[in-house]
Amino acid sequence: MKGMTLIVRTISRIVAGPIMLFGIYIVLYGHLTPGGGFAGGVILALGVMLLMLAFGKEPALKKLPERRASLLDSLGALGFWAIALLGFTAGYYFLNFLGKGSPFHLVSAGTIPLSNISIGLKVGVSLFAVLAALSVYRRYTSGEEPPEEED
Amino acid sequence: MEFSHVFYALLSLMVVGSIIAVETKDLLSSVVSVALVGFSMGVSFLLLGAPDIAIVQVVMEVLCLIILLRATVRRDDTTIYKYIETFAVATALIFLAVFLILSYRAFKDLPPFGHPLMTVSGEYLRNGLAKTGAANMVTAVLLDFRAYDTLGEATVLFVSILGAIAVLRRRGRKAR
Repeated sequence: MKGMTLIVRTISRIVAGPIMLFGIYIVLYGHLTPGGGFAGGVILALGVMLLMLAFGKEPALKKLPERRASLLDSLGALGFWAIALLGFTAGYYFLNFLGKGSPFHLVSAGTIPLSNISIGLKVGVSLFAVLAALSVYRRYTSGEEPPEEED
Repeated sequence: MEFSHVFYALLSLMVVGSIIAVETKDLLSSVVSVALVGFSMGVSFLLLGAPDIAIVQVVMEVLCLIILLRATVRRDDTTIYKYIETFAVATALIFLAVFLILSYRAFKDLPPFGHPLMTVSGEYLRNGLAKTGAANMVTAVLLDFRAYDTLGEATVLFVSILGAIAVLRRRGRKAR
């Protein structure tokens, strides 16, 4: 991936910020409006992918190396599991142990926003890792190595 | 009713799109037809009153379109050649006919669409807000009532990405 022309770069530089902001909004307001951790995480990954397609893979991988990506991925999964385990402090597995708060407010619904945030982190970073793996670990580029698995 | 006309038009568009995606010789047109099917499915979810699933469907369709385009456009030869086997086509047609007849008989006995709301979902709708405090009932079901399922889905995604990276990596492969 070399990156694209100046027009594509300029527009994606302008648009990528609002896309990521919208993804964060979808994750944070998942318990109030349609959306949630999964959809918001995919939107975050798509924002990073837009930058990867426009600028080439090096700037994006410099910001988020594969090792840190897998670390964040595991942190998201472990965070969701830890929220599940913390339910034991008040009773049973996956108990919503925090206070409910008043409905239709941002801080409400106990552990649901925290689960949304951890799922959004996990989904976003892991889908970014898929495209990074498909482009970084490209094994046969120009006949340097014969394609073994193909055909 | 106006709504059902739009819905049936979308459904027939999806059927035509899937047939084109399977039958066309050009891989690029096939990918575009698959995207057409996915986006129409997102719009029909929206018409059925399920904005959560519609958002996920549209967003995942964009992601799959990017990955499929990158996988197909990079190859020099994007056309595929295939030989039509009469035996395979004949068996497929026979099984399709059997399936359509049986599903017609089964669908006749089904209750009308969306009419008797099931008791479990009625319980969720009545008591969900008081029990969880979440205004979005889909999220309340996903992350509170059925959070164990969501943990399983997160594990599936985690393991599949682990497998993708393990297959695609270059370092650590045994030198041949």
